[in-house]
Amino acid sequence: MKRVYVNEEWCLGCHLCEYNCAFANSGARDMVSALKGKPLVSRIRVEGDGRITYAVSCRHCTDPLCVTCCISGALRREDGVVRIDRGKCVGCLTCVLVCPYGAVAPGPDGAALKCELCLQNSCGAPACAAGCPNRAIVYEEREEERS
Amino acid sequence: MKRYVIIGGGAAGTSCAEAVRRTDPQGEITLVSQERVSGYGRPLISYYLEGKTDIPRMSRVGLGFYERNCITALHGVGAASLDAAAHRVTLEDGRQLPYDALCLCTGSFPFSPRFEGIETVPRRFFFTTLEDALALEQAVTKESRVLIVGAGFIGLKCAEGLRDRAGSITVCDLADRAMSVSLDGQCSVILERHLEKNGIRLMLGNTAARFEGGCAVMQHGERVDFDILVIAIGVRPATSLAAQAGAAIGRGITIDETGKTSLPDVWAAGDCTESTELTTGQTAVMAILPNAAQQGECAGINMAGGSAVFTAGMRMNSIGFFGLHVMSAGTCQGDAAFCEVTETSCRKLYVQEGVLKGYVLIGDVRKAGIYTAMIRDRVPLEGVDLEAVGREPSLLPLGQATRRRKLGGVV
Repeated sequence: MKRVYVNEEWCLGCHLCEYNCAFANSGARDMVSALKGKPLVSRIRVEGDGRITYAVSCRHCTDPLCVTCCISGALRREDGVVRIDRGKCVGCLTCVLVCPYGAVAPGPDGAALKCELCLQNSCGAPACAAGCPNRAIVYEEREEERS
Repeated sequence: MKRYVIIGGGAAGTSCAEAVRRTDPQGEITLVSQERVSGYGRPLISYYLEGKTDIPRMSRVGLGFYERNCITALHGVGAASLDAAAHRVTLEDGRQLPYDALCLCTGSFPFSPRFEGIETVPRRFFFTTLEDALALEQAVTKESRVLIVGAGFIGLKCAEGLRDRAGSITVCDLADRAMSVSLDGQCSVILERHLEKNGIRLMLGNTAARFEGGCAVMQHGERVDFDILVIAIGVRPATSLAAQAGAAIGRGITIDETGKTSLPDVWAAGDCTESTELTTGQTAVMAILPNAAQQGECAGINMAGGSAVFTAGMRMNSIGFFGLHVMSAGTCQGDAAFCEVTETSCRKLYVQEGVLKGYVLIGDVRKAGIYTAMIRDRVPLEGVDLEAVGREPSLLPLGQATRRRKLGGVV
């Protein structure tokens, strides 16, 4: 299965992935109306210190703790993709409590928000990877699934 | 064909059943649930009262779970006895269920001390099941004065759920602070102020001493009139079935890291059990949904001949009240190694033996799971900038090699 992978040594820390993510999931037609004057709602984030930067988004774990621990069954794994039914989510944030990558975040409406590989929006493939200027974020197949 | 019997339809029971089915596509699975509805997320009941969810959406397992997994589900009936030597469970209605592997997921029951005059209270409730929530929904009106005894998770979530349905809500507790099990005084005061601002009246360090019909006489002598009483003092593991069969029991049914009890071919999972707590190495009852789900899954795999262990049991909670989030995990003892407290927020990290042992966050809870994983994986903190980690959780302390493996590989 294709996933988003991060090559830390190539990350420039430009945060473009965050903007592309927010735009892709906004439903807006152009980036300006999607983002201008609004808080940035992104499912990927760049972190690091002065020397190192890297992007983190959902790893789509083979055995995802967020799915196991979800109290409402809003999170589930379908064909290897960890998805969220935001209508079922009550915003308890147990997923935020257990995600080892910090990759599930409280959304502006209270329900949890996470990367779904842009499969649920009009991009069809991760906008973060497509727009990364240095190929620090890629969307590709790597080693075989364990299960 | 192997016969599996699972007693209990909560998070542990349904996770167990699902794991059995995944591991053994052929076996015959029977799940017994005392409740008429199973598979719902029990902590959702306060969100139900609040109107944030409804019964169809409360199902953790989804529609058609039992059919999809070829599980025979028996609802509205409990297990009456267990004959471990004969490998047979007898249900309350007399039916007998022979098994090759059994999992006890009997959960917990609300605990109530013997209050003088409690029998004179006409409308009193517990708050742990969907049925409790539905009964409260029926009973509470816009005029109701609600008294909740217990300012822990259950009592306070009940208060939040009922606020817009009731006339007034008072929560009292013997402890001198809200959520006394997870929060110290410095943290709890933040929560208490927030609750009071949202219309919840708190009486702390002062619980009901006795009841006279619709009146509670408090320890300090005040009289609190109420229409609805909710007892939310705590829960206890439901161990009687296991005890009667002779299983080793401490405070909960004793299980090892595979989920096995002391009885042959009998496993147990969830709130009814006690097991090793990760941060202390001590045996503890950890009655929280994430542990139940993971223990159930582990037991199910092992029952069906697979191999799994669950060694990551610890206390952790994510809970919100009127928009203020509170998270805590692990053991928070001694002085905090990182501490940042304001009027409305708190971040505290507890370090022992060079590893993170616990944390409390109020307000900004983003990326808290990174802390939880640091506790679980015992990430060494030598050379780590604890101030930076305390201010914002990040994957930096993991080091480049681990980070590269996690962000660049299949996990």
